[in-house]
Amino acid sequence: MIDRDTVLHVATLSRLELRDDEIEPMARELSAVLGHLETIGELDLDGVEPTAHVLVERSALRADEPRPSLPREQALDQAPDASDDGFRVPSPQA
Amino acid sequence: MTEYEPVIGLEIHVQLATKTKMFCGCELVFGDPPNTHTCQVCLGMPGTLPVVNAEAIRLGLMIGAAFGGKLAERLVFHRKSYFYPDLPKGYQISQFDEPLVDGGRLGDVGLERVHVEEDAAKLTHAGASGRIGGSTSSVVDYNRGGTPLAEIVTLPEIRSAEQASSWLRLLRETLRQLGVSDVNMEEGSLRCDANISIRPVGDTGLGTKTELKNMNSFRFIEQGINAEVARQISLVRAGERVQQETLHFDPRTGSITSLRSKEGSHDYRYFPEPDMPPVAVPKELLESALASVPELPLERAERFRTELGLHEESARLLAFRRALGDYFEATLAAAGDDADKQQVANWIGNDLVRRLEALRRDDDASDDESSTDPAASKVTPQALAELVALVGAKTINRKAGEQVLDVLVAEGGSPAAIVEDKGLAAVGGADELRPVVQAALDANPDVVEKLRTGNMKPIGAIVGAVMKETKGRADGGEVTRLTREILGL
Repeated sequence: MIDRDTVLHVATLSRLELRDDEIEPMARELSAVLGHLETIGELDLDGVEPTAHVLVERSALRADEPRPSLPREQALDQAPDASDDGFRVPSPQA
Repeated sequence: MTEYEPVIGLEIHVQLATKTKMFCGCELVFGDPPNTHTCQVCLGMPGTLPVVNAEAIRLGLMIGAAFGGKLAERLVFHRKSYFYPDLPKGYQISQFDEPLVDGGRLGDVGLERVHVEEDAAKLTHAGASGRIGGSTSSVVDYNRGGTPLAEIVTLPEIRSAEQASSWLRLLRETLRQLGVSDVNMEEGSLRCDANISIRPVGDTGLGTKTELKNMNSFRFIEQGINAEVARQISLVRAGERVQQETLHFDPRTGSITSLRSKEGSHDYRYFPEPDMPPVAVPKELLESALASVPELPLERAERFRTELGLHEESARLLAFRRALGDYFEATLAAAGDDADKQQVANWIGNDLVRRLEALRRDDDASDDESSTDPAASKVTPQALAELVALVGAKTINRKAGEQVLDVLVAEGGSPAAIVEDKGLAAVGGADELRPVVQAALDANPDVVEKLRTGNMKPIGAIVGAVMKETKGRADGGEVTRLTREILGL
């Protein structure tokens, strides 16, 4: 099941910082979740299409027609940090 | 020493020419001030839902139809997760195991797939020179974020940098004529990555590949691929191994560096997009896409070659620039069935294009290709057809024809009137020309003597004398024929 290394790998990908004492409980909880899902594996599903979604297929496309965007002040207002015209973030190259 | 050959596959991202973004109604306008085209959806606000732009799907299907790929019957989107500020949601909505188009081919290269997805935002790195001394921050512009993209993936069937760049030119022209994208590499509406590996010549397996990112000109693509192939060969010859990695080519220094910024992020954890149930491709959309595919450059070149008998080179030139091809066909229509089609092609592809390009160079304000569109020039297809007919009938010689074309390009008008006006008509039939030739022979007895011995080289002197006398209006071939006739050769 989910071991310590997998937890750390997923934490890195998710940009999550885990304390040492959080790693083992996380591994246990994730294992329990996946274990629960694996009960599906007991069923004989040969020839059954994978279900990507429980909703029935229906057309939900949008016409290519412009709609108003947010005023820039309002968009930038949501940012923890902003310059005059953009969202300021810690440089990912730093 | 073992010889190696490159094995190259390309991944091309093209921004689709829609009015709005892939999953929201924000308008797409290149060059507008940063962050003026964003909304809750493309900024990734919680609780918002993406809705697919039907036009993006239609354009994607057109690409697939043009390449003869298998078109998907339903749209299935996946989340591709990675953390980077250019993706506000922390994932990109893309396609995974059910691409919009499966397989296909363009020219000499087969395709693996074409899928649709959303573009990332634009990140500007302020770096250490930014306002806050020493610290580094970046600024994100989400205008581009969410632009519909088609990703076109080729099979690893390309064997040289030159083949890669010439195939890419064909792809760009094909997409341009399809009308699905602006295909402007400088503005980033067409971007190319190359997967590159090497193998000993004769092997059929695949070596470890590297991915060379975002080369934004044909020249850089050739230089980048050549540099990477050379790097891999020298590594292997030195007994080392090629590492699978993502690389960046710097055209200024010719060096290749490893891109570490997204290191470890290749674990994209694809899973079906829960916010978007699979959607059947509407029948009307598919039919509209199929009906919108025009004759494409390769097909047109083939038709020009086989049906009209053009040389390969002329056929490609006229077919690969749609404006030229259209003008060529309009001229043929005006010229009638008896016209010499290759001659019409030559006059357009060489003489007319050269003059229009010279005209463009004199006019700095316009540097787009449309300014060399002959249809926008003063030379009508009817006039060009008439000019080719006049030269064909030897009413004027080719030199005079070129003078007529000069006038047509500058002022327009009718070739017959220009010939009349400038007195360019060829010195007509043998009756008119014979005395002139006779006079030239009489004036050059030494030349005549050589000609009589079978040495035809000095005939240039006779032709020259006749041209001088007729102010260039004689037909050189006719002068030679008459000379032989008079001297009984």
